[in-house]
Amino acid sequence: MTNSNFSDNKKVIVRDLHKSFGNLEVLKGVDLEIAEGEVVCLIGPSGSGKSTILRCLNRLEEPTSGTIIVDNYNITDKKTDINKVRENIGMVFQQFNLFSHMTVKQNIMFAPVKLKKMTSEEAEKVAVRLLERVGLADKVDYYPRQLSGGQKQRVAIARSLAMKPDIMLFDEPTSALDPEMVGEVLAVMKELAAEGMTMVVVTHEMGFARDVADRVIFFSDGNIVEEGTPEDIFDSPKSQRTKDFLSCVL
Amino acid sequence: MDFLKVLKEATPMLIEGVRLTIGISLLSLMIGVIVGLLSCIMGMSKNPVLKGISAVYIWLIRGTPMIVQAFVVYFGVPQLIQKMVPGFTLTAFVAGVITLSLNAGAYLSEIFRSGIEAVDPGQIEASRSLGVSSRITMTRIVLPQAFKITIPSLVNQFIITIKDTSILSVIGMAELVNKAKIYVGSTYQFFATYILVAVYYLVIISVLMIVSKFVEKKFSYDKQ
Repeated sequence: MTNSNFSDNKKVIVRDLHKSFGNLEVLKGVDLEIAEGEVVCLIGPSGSGKSTILRCLNRLEEPTSGTIIVDNYNITDKKTDINKVRENIGMVFQQFNLFSHMTVKQNIMFAPVKLKKMTSEEAEKVAVRLLERVGLADKVDYYPRQLSGGQKQRVAIARSLAMKPDIMLFDEPTSALDPEMVGEVLAVMKELAAEGMTMVVVTHEMGFARDVADRVIFFSDGNIVEEGTPEDIFDSPKSQRTKDFLSCVL
Repeated sequence: MDFLKVLKEATPMLIEGVRLTIGISLLSLMIGVIVGLLSCIMGMSKNPVLKGISAVYIWLIRGTPMIVQAFVVYFGVPQLIQKMVPGFTLTAFVAGVITLSLNAGAYLSEIFRSGIEAVDPGQIEASRSLGVSSRITMTRIVLPQAFKITIPSLVNQFIITIKDTSILSVIGMAELVNKAKIYVGSTYQFFATYILVAVYYLVIISVLMIVSKFVEKKFSYDKQ
Protein backbone atom coordinates (compact mmCIF):
# COMPACT_ATOMS: atom_id res chain seq x y z
CA MET A 1 0.00 0.00 0.00
CA THR A 2 1.21 3.49 -0.85
CA ASN A 3 2.49 5.88 1.75
CA SER A 4 -0.32 8.02 3.12
CA ASN A 5 1.95 11.01 3.74
CA PHE A 6 1.68 11.91 0.08
CA SER A 7 -1.99 12.73 0.36
CA ASP A 8 -1.84 15.63 -2.14
CA ASN A 9 -2.44 13.43 -5.14
CA LYS A 10 -4.77 11.06 -3.30
CA LYS A 11 -8.34 11.26 -4.55
CA VAL A 12 -9.72 8.77 -2.10
CA ILE A 13 -8.53 7.72 1.33
CA VAL A 14 -10.47 5.10 3.27
CA ARG A 15 -9.47 4.22 6.82
CA ASP A 16 -10.82 1.30 8.85
CA LEU A 17 -14.22 1.36 7.15
CA HIS A 18 -16.90 -0.76 8.76
CA LYS A 19 -20.44 -1.23 7.51
CA SER A 20 -23.13 -3.43 8.97
CA PHE A 21 -26.68 -4.10 7.85
CA GLY A 22 -28.36 -5.15 11.07
CA ASN A 23 -26.29 -8.00 12.43
CA LEU A 24 -24.56 -8.63 9.14
CA GLU A 25 -21.13 -7.06 8.91
CA VAL A 26 -20.47 -6.40 5.23
CA LEU A 27 -17.28 -4.33 5.46
CA LYS A 28 -14.76 -5.30 8.11
CA GLY A 29 -12.23 -2.51 8.44
CA VAL A 30 -11.27 -1.66 4.88
CA ASP A 31 -8.22 0.52 4.18
CA LEU A 32 -7.87 1.89 0.68
CA GLU A 33 -6.19 4.72 -1.17
CA ILE A 34 -6.73 5.80 -4.73
CA ALA A 35 -4.45 8.24 -6.53
CA GLU A 36 -5.49 10.88 -8.99
CA GLY A 37 -5.88 9.43 -12.48
CA GLU A 38 -5.74 5.88 -11.22
CA VAL A 39 -8.10 3.22 -12.56
CA VAL A 40 -8.91 0.69 -9.88
CA CYS A 41 -10.97 -2.42 -10.52
CA LEU A 42 -12.66 -4.18 -7.62
CA ILE A 43 -13.28 -7.85 -8.29
CA GLY A 44 -14.57 -10.59 -6.07
CA PRO A 45 -17.52 -12.90 -5.41
CA SER A 46 -21.07 -11.54 -5.12
CA GLY A 47 -21.94 -10.45 -1.61
CA SER A 48 -18.32 -9.79 -0.74
CA GLY A 49 -19.06 -6.09 -0.11
CA LYS A 50 -17.40 -4.56 -3.16
CA SER A 51 -20.53 -2.67 -4.23
CA THR A 52 -21.08 -1.54 -0.66
CA ILE A 53 -17.65 0.04 -0.43
CA LEU A 54 -18.25 1.84 -3.73
CA ARG A 55 -21.59 3.16 -2.45
CA CYS A 56 -19.91 4.36 0.74
CA LEU A 57 -17.56 6.52 -1.34
CA ASN A 58 -20.41 8.92 -2.18
CA ARG A 59 -22.35 8.09 0.96
CA LEU A 60 -25.28 6.47 -0.80
CA GLU A 61 -24.53 4.00 1.94
CA GLU A 62 -23.92 5.41 5.43
CA PRO A 63 -20.72 3.87 6.88
CA THR A 64 -21.08 2.38 10.36
CA SER A 65 -17.60 3.56 11.36
CA GLY A 66 -14.33 4.63 9.84
CA THR A 67 -13.14 7.57 7.78
CA ILE A 68 -13.56 8.33 4.09
CA ILE A 69 -11.86 11.29 2.48
CA VAL A 70 -12.74 12.13 -1.11
CA ASP A 71 -11.27 15.19 -2.86
CA ASN A 72 -9.90 16.28 0.54
CA TYR A 73 -13.43 16.37 2.00
CA ASN A 74 -14.05 14.15 4.97
CA ILE A 75 -17.40 12.75 3.87
CA THR A 76 -17.81 10.73 7.05
CA ASP A 77 -17.96 14.02 8.94
CA LYS A 78 -21.64 14.93 9.42
CA LYS A 79 -20.83 18.60 8.89
CA THR A 80 -19.61 18.05 5.33
CA ASP A 81 -22.11 19.16 2.68
CA ILE A 82 -22.40 15.82 0.93
CA ASN A 83 -24.31 17.29 -2.03
CA LYS A 84 -21.35 19.56 -2.83
CA VAL A 85 -18.91 16.63 -2.74
CA ARG A 86 -21.22 14.45 -4.83
CA GLU A 87 -21.15 17.03 -7.64
CA ASN A 88 -17.57 15.89 -8.25
CA ILE A 89 -18.21 12.16 -7.92
CA GLY A 90 -19.95 10.61 -10.88
CA MET A 91 -21.71 7.30 -10.42
CA VAL A 92 -22.89 4.74 -12.95
CA PHE A 93 -25.28 2.04 -11.79
CA GLN A 94 -25.86 -1.54 -12.83
CA GLN A 95 -29.51 -0.75 -13.61
CA PHE A 96 -28.67 2.54 -15.43
CA ASN A 97 -31.31 4.48 -13.46
CA LEU A 98 -32.00 6.99 -16.20
CA PHE A 99 -34.87 9.29 -15.27
CA SER A 100 -37.70 7.58 -17.10
CA HIS A 101 -39.90 10.67 -17.47
CA MET A 102 -37.19 12.70 -19.20
CA THR A 103 -35.66 12.50 -22.65
CA VAL A 104 -31.99 11.62 -23.05
CA LYS A 105 -31.11 15.31 -23.33
CA GLN A 106 -33.18 16.27 -20.28
CA ASN A 107 -31.52 13.48 -18.30
CA ILE A 108 -28.11 14.98 -19.01
CA MET A 109 -29.15 18.60 -18.48
CA PHE A 110 -31.09 18.04 -15.25
CA ALA A 111 -28.35 18.20 -12.60
CA PRO A 112 -26.09 20.87 -14.16
CA VAL A 113 -29.06 23.20 -14.66
CA LYS A 114 -30.75 22.48 -11.32
CA LEU A 115 -27.49 22.96 -9.45
CA LYS A 116 -26.84 26.16 -11.38
CA LYS A 117 -23.57 24.92 -12.83
CA MET A 118 -24.70 25.89 -16.31
CA THR A 119 -27.49 27.78 -18.06
CA SER A 120 -29.82 25.53 -20.02
CA GLU A 121 -28.22 26.70 -23.29
CA GLU A 122 -24.79 25.68 -22.04
CA ALA A 123 -26.12 22.41 -20.66
CA GLU A 124 -27.78 21.62 -23.96
CA LYS A 125 -24.49 22.13 -25.80
CA VAL A 126 -22.72 19.93 -23.27
CA ALA A 127 -25.42 17.27 -23.64
CA VAL A 128 -25.09 17.19 -27.42
CA ARG A 129 -21.30 17.09 -27.23
CA LEU A 130 -21.31 14.27 -24.65
CA LEU A 131 -23.81 12.27 -26.68
CA GLU A 132 -21.59 12.60 -29.73
CA ARG A 133 -18.72 11.36 -27.63
CA VAL A 134 -20.59 8.22 -26.54
CA GLY A 135 -21.90 7.72 -30.09
CA LEU A 136 -25.55 8.57 -29.47
CA ALA A 137 -25.93 11.97 -31.11
CA ASP A 138 -29.04 10.76 -32.93
CA LYS A 139 -30.86 9.82 -29.68
CA VAL A 140 -31.04 13.27 -28.08
CA ASP A 141 -34.83 13.37 -27.89
CA TYR A 142 -35.48 9.71 -27.18
CA TYR A 143 -36.93 8.49 -23.91
CA PRO A 144 -34.94 5.87 -21.96
CA ARG A 145 -37.50 3.13 -22.71
CA GLN A 146 -36.76 3.52 -26.40
CA LEU A 147 -33.07 2.66 -25.95
CA SER A 148 -31.23 -0.63 -25.66
CA GLY A 149 -29.39 -1.47 -22.45
CA GLY A 150 -26.01 -0.53 -23.87
CA GLN A 151 -27.35 2.79 -25.13
CA LYS A 152 -28.93 3.52 -21.75
CA GLN A 153 -25.68 2.87 -19.97
CA ARG A 154 -23.78 5.16 -22.35
CA VAL A 155 -26.36 7.89 -21.69
CA ALA A 156 -25.93 7.29 -17.95
CA ILE A 157 -22.18 7.79 -18.33
CA ALA A 158 -22.80 10.98 -20.31
CA ARG A 159 -25.19 12.19 -17.59
CA SER A 160 -22.49 11.73 -14.96
CA LEU A 161 -19.85 13.41 -17.10
CA ALA A 162 -22.05 16.48 -17.58
CA MET A 163 -21.28 17.46 -13.98
CA LYS A 164 -17.57 17.41 -14.88
CA PRO A 165 -16.69 15.02 -12.06
CA ASP A 166 -13.07 14.31 -11.25
CA ILE A 167 -13.75 10.80 -10.07
CA MET A 168 -16.14 8.22 -11.51
CA LEU A 169 -17.62 5.23 -9.67
CA PHE A 170 -18.92 2.30 -11.73
CA ASP A 171 -21.11 -0.26 -9.97
CA GLU A 172 -21.10 -3.35 -12.20
CA PRO A 173 -21.89 -1.21 -15.25
CA THR A 174 -22.15 -4.12 -17.69
CA SER A 175 -23.77 -6.79 -15.51
CA ALA A 176 -27.32 -6.05 -16.66
CA LEU A 177 -26.42 -5.95 -20.35
CA ASP A 178 -26.87 -8.46 -23.12
CA PRO A 179 -23.44 -9.84 -24.04
CA GLU A 180 -23.30 -8.08 -27.42
CA MET A 181 -23.74 -4.69 -25.73
CA VAL A 182 -20.99 -5.02 -23.18
CA GLY A 183 -18.32 -3.97 -25.65
CA GLU A 184 -19.81 -0.57 -26.50
CA VAL A 185 -19.99 0.42 -22.82
CA LEU A 186 -16.51 -0.83 -22.02
CA ALA A 187 -15.18 1.11 -25.03
CA VAL A 188 -16.52 4.36 -23.58
CA MET A 189 -15.02 3.53 -20.19
CA LYS A 190 -11.67 2.70 -21.78
CA GLU A 191 -11.64 6.07 -23.48
CA LEU A 192 -12.38 7.79 -20.18
CA ALA A 193 -9.53 5.94 -18.52
CA ALA A 194 -7.18 6.93 -21.32
CA GLU A 195 -8.10 10.57 -20.76
CA GLY A 196 -6.89 10.31 -17.18
CA MET A 197 -10.15 10.07 -15.26
CA THR A 198 -9.87 8.63 -11.77
CA MET A 199 -12.08 5.54 -11.86
CA VAL A 200 -13.24 2.95 -9.37
CA VAL A 201 -14.90 0.06 -11.13
CA VAL A 202 -16.71 -2.85 -9.53
CA THR A 203 -16.79 -5.42 -12.29
CA HIS A 204 -16.97 -9.01 -13.36
CA GLU A 205 -15.33 -8.16 -16.69
CA MET A 206 -11.89 -9.65 -16.11
CA GLY A 207 -10.75 -8.74 -19.63
CA PHE A 208 -11.51 -5.09 -18.95
CA ALA A 209 -9.74 -5.20 -15.58
CA ARG A 210 -6.68 -6.72 -17.18
CA ASP A 211 -6.54 -4.23 -20.07
CA VAL A 212 -7.49 -1.00 -18.37
CA ALA A 213 -6.87 -1.16 -14.63
CA ASP A 214 -3.77 0.30 -13.05
CA ARG A 215 -4.56 -1.74 -9.99
CA VAL A 216 -6.82 -4.72 -9.35
CA ILE A 217 -8.19 -5.35 -5.89
CA PHE A 218 -9.57 -8.76 -4.98
CA PHE A 219 -12.27 -8.36 -2.37
CA SER A 220 -13.77 -11.16 -0.34
CA ASP A 221 -15.71 -11.50 2.93
CA GLY A 222 -15.77 -7.79 3.65
CA ASN A 223 -12.14 -6.98 3.14
CA ILE A 224 -9.32 -6.66 0.66
CA VAL A 225 -7.62 -10.01 0.22
CA GLU A 226 -5.03 -9.05 -2.34
CA GLU A 227 -4.18 -6.16 -4.60
CA GLY A 228 -1.67 -5.35 -7.27
CA THR A 229 -1.19 -4.74 -10.97
CA PRO A 230 -3.42 -6.81 -13.28
CA GLU A 231 -0.38 -9.01 -14.01
CA ASP A 232 0.19 -9.63 -10.28
CA ILE A 233 -3.42 -10.61 -9.65
CA PHE A 234 -4.28 -12.51 -12.81
CA ASP A 235 -0.96 -14.20 -13.57
CA SER A 236 0.53 -14.84 -10.17
CA PRO A 237 -2.07 -14.50 -7.41
CA LYS A 238 -0.63 -15.18 -3.97
CA SER A 239 -3.71 -15.93 -1.90
CA GLN A 240 -5.51 -19.24 -2.25
CA ARG A 241 -8.88 -17.47 -2.19
CA THR A 242 -7.87 -15.30 -5.14
CA LYS A 243 -6.71 -18.38 -7.02
CA ASP A 244 -10.00 -20.18 -6.32
CA PHE A 245 -12.04 -17.19 -7.46
CA LEU A 246 -10.03 -16.66 -10.62
CA SER A 247 -10.17 -20.32 -11.55
CA CYS A 248 -13.97 -20.03 -11.50
CA VAL A 249 -14.29 -16.88 -13.59
CA LEU A 250 -11.42 -17.04 -16.07
CA MET B 1 -94.92 6.84 -23.17
CA ASP B 2 -93.80 7.17 -19.56
CA PHE B 3 -90.24 7.90 -20.52
CA LEU B 4 -91.03 10.86 -22.70
CA LYS B 5 -93.39 12.29 -20.10
CA VAL B 6 -90.86 11.86 -17.31
CA LEU B 7 -88.08 13.23 -19.49
CA LYS B 8 -90.09 16.35 -20.16
CA GLU B 9 -91.45 16.86 -16.68
CA ALA B 10 -88.53 15.86 -14.51
CA THR B 11 -85.59 17.19 -16.52
CA PRO B 12 -85.52 20.75 -15.14
CA MET B 13 -85.53 19.40 -11.59
CA LEU B 14 -83.01 16.66 -12.27
CA ILE B 15 -80.66 19.05 -14.05
CA GLU B 16 -80.59 21.14 -10.87
CA GLY B 17 -79.61 17.98 -9.05
CA VAL B 18 -76.95 17.19 -11.64
CA ARG B 19 -75.47 20.66 -11.19
CA LEU B 20 -75.21 20.18 -7.45
CA THR B 21 -73.80 16.68 -7.87
CA ILE B 22 -71.07 17.97 -10.18
CA GLY B 23 -70.41 21.03 -8.02
CA ILE B 24 -70.10 19.15 -4.75
CA SER B 25 -67.96 16.47 -6.43
CA LEU B 26 -65.50 18.99 -7.83
CA LEU B 27 -65.30 20.98 -4.61
CA SER B 28 -64.88 17.87 -2.45
CA LEU B 29 -62.28 16.36 -4.76
CA MET B 30 -60.25 19.56 -4.73
CA ILE B 31 -60.32 19.73 -0.94
CA GLY B 32 -59.86 15.95 -0.79
CA VAL B 33 -56.68 16.13 -2.90
CA ILE B 34 -55.22 18.74 -0.54
CA VAL B 35 -56.25 16.76 2.56
CA GLY B 36 -54.91 13.59 0.95
CA LEU B 37 -51.57 15.18 0.11
CA LEU B 38 -51.22 16.55 3.64
CA SER B 39 -52.12 13.21 5.18
CA CYS B 40 -49.70 11.47 2.81
CA ILE B 41 -46.84 13.82 3.72
CA MET B 42 -47.64 13.42 7.42
CA GLY B 43 -47.81 9.65 7.05
CA MET B 44 -44.41 9.50 5.35
CA SER B 45 -42.70 11.90 7.77
CA LYS B 46 -40.41 10.67 10.52
CA ASN B 47 -42.35 12.51 13.23
CA PRO B 48 -44.37 9.88 15.15
CA VAL B 49 -47.13 12.35 16.11
CA LEU B 50 -47.78 13.39 12.48
CA LYS B 51 -47.56 9.77 11.39
CA GLY B 52 -50.06 8.83 14.10
CA ILE B 53 -52.57 11.53 13.14
CA SER B 54 -52.49 10.39 9.52
CA ALA B 55 -52.85 6.72 10.45
CA VAL B 56 -55.80 7.32 12.82
CA TYR B 57 -57.54 9.54 10.25
CA ILE B 58 -57.26 6.91 7.52
CA TRP B 59 -58.30 4.19 9.94
CA LEU B 60 -61.43 6.04 11.07
CA ILE B 61 -62.55 6.92 7.55
CA ARG B 62 -61.86 3.53 6.02
CA GLY B 63 -63.29 1.71 9.00
CA THR B 64 -66.73 3.36 8.95
CA PRO B 65 -69.43 3.66 6.28
CA MET B 66 -69.81 7.06 4.66
CA ILE B 67 -73.47 7.24 5.58
CA VAL B 68 -72.50 7.11 9.28
CA GLN B 69 -69.81 9.75 8.71
CA ALA B 70 -72.43 11.98 7.07
CA PHE B 71 -74.77 11.58 10.06
CA VAL B 72 -71.96 12.33 12.50
CA VAL B 73 -70.93 15.48 10.62
CA TYR B 74 -74.46 16.75 9.95
CA PHE B 75 -76.31 15.80 13.16
CA GLY B 76 -73.66 14.80 15.68
CA VAL B 77 -70.99 17.47 15.46
CA PRO B 78 -73.43 20.47 15.54
CA GLN B 79 -75.08 19.02 18.65
CA LEU B 80 -71.70 18.89 20.35
CA ILE B 81 -70.81 22.43 19.31
CA GLN B 82 -74.22 23.74 20.37
CA LYS B 83 -73.14 23.18 23.98
CA MET B 84 -70.57 25.94 23.47
CA VAL B 85 -72.13 27.92 20.63
CA PRO B 86 -75.93 27.82 21.06
CA GLY B 87 -77.88 27.55 17.82
CA PHE B 88 -74.92 26.27 15.79
CA THR B 89 -75.91 24.29 12.70
CA LEU B 90 -74.31 23.14 9.49
CA THR B 91 -76.14 23.33 6.18
CA ALA B 92 -76.53 20.04 4.34
CA PHE B 93 -74.21 21.40 1.67
CA VAL B 94 -71.38 22.24 4.07
CA ALA B 95 -71.78 18.98 5.98
CA GLY B 96 -71.84 17.12 2.66
CA VAL B 97 -68.64 18.74 1.40
CA ILE B 98 -66.87 18.06 4.72
CA THR B 99 -67.92 14.41 4.71
CA LEU B 100 -67.04 13.80 1.08
CA SER B 101 -63.69 15.66 1.31
CA LEU B 102 -62.59 13.79 4.42
CA ASN B 103 -63.69 10.53 2.85
CA ALA B 104 -61.92 11.09 -0.48
CA GLY B 105 -58.86 12.52 1.33
CA ALA B 106 -58.25 9.30 3.26
CA TYR B 107 -58.37 7.11 0.18
CA LEU B 108 -56.35 9.58 -1.89
CA SER B 109 -53.71 9.69 0.84
CA GLU B 110 -53.19 5.96 0.43
CA ILE B 111 -53.13 6.28 -3.36
CA PHE B 112 -50.47 9.01 -3.20
CA ARG B 113 -48.37 7.02 -0.74
CA SER B 114 -48.43 3.87 -2.83
CA GLY B 115 -47.57 5.92 -5.93
CA ILE B 116 -44.54 7.48 -4.28
CA GLU B 117 -43.42 4.14 -2.91
CA ALA B 118 -43.76 2.57 -6.35
CA VAL B 119 -41.08 4.83 -7.84
CA ASP B 120 -37.87 2.86 -8.33
CA PRO B 121 -35.40 3.76 -5.52
CA GLY B 122 -32.68 3.74 -8.18
CA GLN B 123 -34.20 6.95 -9.57
CA ILE B 124 -33.63 8.65 -6.22
CA GLU B 125 -30.09 7.29 -5.92
CA ALA B 126 -29.21 8.51 -9.41
CA SER B 127 -30.43 12.00 -8.61
CA ARG B 128 -28.76 12.14 -5.19
CA SER B 129 -25.49 10.82 -6.61
CA LEU B 130 -25.40 13.83 -8.95
CA GLY B 131 -25.46 16.13 -5.92
CA VAL B 132 -29.15 17.04 -6.16
CA SER B 133 -30.86 17.73 -2.81
CA SER B 134 -33.57 15.44 -1.48
CA ARG B 135 -36.20 18.17 -1.89
CA ILE B 136 -35.52 18.74 -5.60
CA THR B 137 -35.24 14.98 -6.10
CA MET B 138 -38.71 14.66 -4.59
CA THR B 139 -40.34 17.40 -6.66
CA ARG B 140 -38.60 16.81 -9.98
CA ILE B 141 -37.92 13.08 -10.06
CA VAL B 142 -40.20 11.22 -7.65
CA LEU B 143 -43.50 13.13 -7.80
CA PRO B 144 -43.79 13.36 -11.61
CA GLN B 145 -43.24 9.61 -11.87
CA ALA B 146 -45.55 8.87 -8.94
CA PHE B 147 -48.29 10.95 -10.55
CA LYS B 148 -48.14 8.91 -13.73
CA ILE B 149 -48.33 5.69 -11.73
CA THR B 150 -51.36 6.89 -9.77
CA ILE B 151 -53.49 8.22 -12.66
CA PRO B 152 -55.66 5.08 -12.98
CA SER B 153 -56.25 4.86 -9.20
CA LEU B 154 -56.95 8.59 -9.02
CA VAL B 155 -59.59 8.33 -11.74
CA ASN B 156 -61.10 5.39 -9.91
CA GLN B 157 -61.34 7.36 -6.69
CA PHE B 158 -62.82 10.36 -8.51
CA ILE B 159 -65.53 8.10 -9.93
CA ILE B 160 -66.28 6.65 -6.49
CA THR B 161 -66.51 10.13 -4.99
CA ILE B 162 -68.92 11.31 -7.70
CA LYS B 163 -71.16 8.33 -7.06
CA ASP B 164 -70.87 8.72 -3.28
CA THR B 165 -72.54 12.14 -3.53
CA SER B 166 -75.78 10.14 -3.85
CA ILE B 167 -75.35 8.95 -0.25
CA LEU B 168 -75.59 12.58 0.84
CA SER B 169 -79.29 12.52 -0.12
CA VAL B 170 -79.83 11.05 3.37
CA ILE B 171 -78.90 14.35 5.01
CA GLY B 172 -81.13 16.26 2.64
CA MET B 173 -78.54 17.41 0.14
CA ALA B 174 -80.52 18.41 -2.95
CA GLU B 175 -78.39 16.41 -5.39
CA LEU B 176 -79.52 14.20 -8.25
CA VAL B 177 -80.93 11.25 -6.28
CA ASN B 178 -82.72 13.49 -3.82
CA LYS B 179 -84.36 15.45 -6.62
CA ALA B 180 -85.46 12.18 -8.21
CA LYS B 181 -86.94 10.99 -4.92
CA ILE B 182 -89.00 14.14 -4.68
CA TYR B 183 -90.29 13.75 -8.23
CA VAL B 184 -91.08 10.05 -7.73
CA GLY B 185 -92.91 10.88 -4.50
CA SER B 186 -95.59 12.76 -6.40
CA THR B 187 -95.70 10.84 -9.68
CA TYR B 188 -94.82 7.21 -8.77
CA GLN B 189 -92.80 6.95 -12.02
CA PHE B 190 -90.13 4.79 -10.38
CA PHE B 191 -88.74 2.96 -13.38
CA ALA B 192 -88.48 5.80 -15.86
CA THR B 193 -87.17 8.29 -13.30
CA TYR B 194 -84.44 6.12 -11.84
CA ILE B 195 -83.33 4.93 -15.28
CA LEU B 196 -83.00 8.57 -16.22
CA VAL B 197 -80.96 9.22 -13.06
CA ALA B 198 -78.70 6.31 -13.95
CA VAL B 199 -78.18 7.76 -17.43
CA TYR B 200 -77.19 11.12 -15.97
CA TYR B 201 -74.54 9.45 -13.76
CA LEU B 202 -73.31 7.46 -16.75
CA VAL B 203 -72.88 10.64 -18.78
CA ILE B 204 -71.02 12.49 -15.99
CA ILE B 205 -68.66 9.59 -15.38
CA SER B 206 -68.12 8.91 -19.08
CA VAL B 207 -66.96 12.49 -19.54
CA LEU B 208 -64.49 12.00 -16.67
CA MET B 209 -63.23 8.77 -18.23
CA ILE B 210 -62.67 10.45 -21.59
CA VAL B 211 -60.72 13.26 -19.92
CA SER B 212 -58.64 10.75 -17.98
CA LYS B 213 -57.79 8.77 -21.13
CA PHE B 214 -56.54 12.02 -22.60
CA VAL B 215 -54.39 12.76 -19.53
CA GLU B 216 -53.03 9.21 -19.53
CA LYS B 217 -52.06 9.59 -23.16
CA LYS B 218 -50.26 12.83 -22.41
CA PHE B 219 -48.18 11.04 -19.78
CA SER B 220 -47.39 7.97 -21.86
CA TYR B 221 -43.90 9.29 -22.56
CA ASP B 222 -42.28 5.92 -22.22
CA LYS B 223 -44.34 3.98 -24.75
CA GLN B 224 -42.13 2.63 -27.52
